[in-house]
Amino acid sequence: MREIPVDEVADTVRRLCVEANHELRGDHVDALRRARATERSPIGQEVLDRLLANAEVSAREQIAFCQDTGYAVCFLEIGQDVHFTGGSLAAALDRGVAEGYREGYLRASLVRSPVDRTNTGDNTPAMVHYDLVEGDGVRLTLLVKGAGCDNMSALRMLTPAAGAEGMRRFVVETIEAAGPSASPPVTVGIGMGGTFDRAAVLAKKALTREPTGSPSPDPKLAELEAELVETINATGIGPAGFGGTVTTVAVHVEAYPTHIAAFPVAVNLDCHSHRVRTVTL
Amino acid sequence: MTALALPLDAEAIRELRSGDSVLLSGPLVTGRDAAHARFAEAVEGGGRLPFDPAGETLYFVGPTPARPGHAIGAAGPTTASRMDAWSPLLVERGLRGMIGKGRRSEVVKEAMLEHGCVYFGAIEGTAALLSQCVVSAEVIAYPDLGAEAVHRLEVREFPALVVNDLHGGDLYRDGPARWRRASP
Repeated sequence: MREIPVDEVADTVRRLCVEANHELRGDHVDALRRARATERSPIGQEVLDRLLANAEVSAREQIAFCQDTGYAVCFLEIGQDVHFTGGSLAAALDRGVAEGYREGYLRASLVRSPVDRTNTGDNTPAMVHYDLVEGDGVRLTLLVKGAGCDNMSALRMLTPAAGAEGMRRFVVETIEAAGPSASPPVTVGIGMGGTFDRAAVLAKKALTREPTGSPSPDPKLAELEAELVETINATGIGPAGFGGTVTTVAVHVEAYPTHIAAFPVAVNLDCHSHRVRTVTL
Repeated sequence: MTALALPLDAEAIRELRSGDSVLLSGPLVTGRDAAHARFAEAVEGGGRLPFDPAGETLYFVGPTPARPGHAIGAAGPTTASRMDAWSPLLVERGLRGMIGKGRRSEVVKEAMLEHGCVYFGAIEGTAALLSQCVVSAEVIAYPDLGAEAVHRLEVREFPALVVNDLHGGDLYRDGPARWRRASP
């Protein structure tokens, strides 16, 4: 049994909220640089130059690189031999978010409910997904997710007959419908399989893969990812949706067993302001 | 890059073409979802708008809090289509420019052509760069809305692209059409 004080969790979340909103992860900067090198549209090149310049100014001046400082999504993989001490884990996660958003001059963007749109004032609650795993470690991933791109995400229950081709069509349809609103070049998280709910969580978790654009360890999925990148970039939507040859920098696909009658697919889009941090406690 | 003074000149904006890069300098107002809902309430209830839309430019933004010594925090554009239901109310009352990101509805585009309003796209996710173009910021209405309050901003060389011009051009339609390839 390993004891971890919840204060340590709160402090980690606080630090990650500030860091993720001000410093674009190095591997994602590299992905944008690769995009700049291949983009053929002059306007698209200008957009990518500005995104790279923005990342520098943001880190230097400590101004968030996007004003939509998003939902704070936490993925926690908790070893079953861990015992959290000193209070409620859920409350500690919220405290970390509230402190991080205050300290970092980040925007409080959450309202009490879709119908009571009173701002909660401190960007809580955190949107938390818990997984219990073996061992005595804790892996914590913070994903700061803007609403612009989350709004353009979609889930569909395909039929097994639709197959991989039906899935590809659904993904491209989602990207086309999103157009400029998802703030391309996007990272595309795809969750397929499981149930209605599991596919959505898998899609969101797929966005957190590091480094951006690294292939799935499953060769079949890796091949699908590479094909989807080509197909999505052929849409011509381009950087910021002004037209161009780079619409996505990465497609990450996660798959899970499903029912003989089912083919759930969820597509979660992340804007170019990709804000993800993973740490091990 | 075309330097363009705010408030926008009705004649000068006729020269703009979809895809042009511009640098905007001068005063503008901000407003997004919650503020627009109140604009509509004001108009429908026979009340007054917190600013006169005639000749004005409206930026769809909800900034982060300003750090001490800064005029504003991160200040990039939000998705304009969420304002589509309300924009015609303002365009019909003389609004001359809108700045946001993403496509506009056919109804909004028709109103813009009819009444002479241009839609500019700022580059989303360049909020730190854009914040440096804001010289001053002042809340002029609905302070209770926090980041969604209506601000009067003074901007200097604020970069944007012309999306919908007064001649039917639409960069979000024409740009992707130009670069679209047959799917591999």
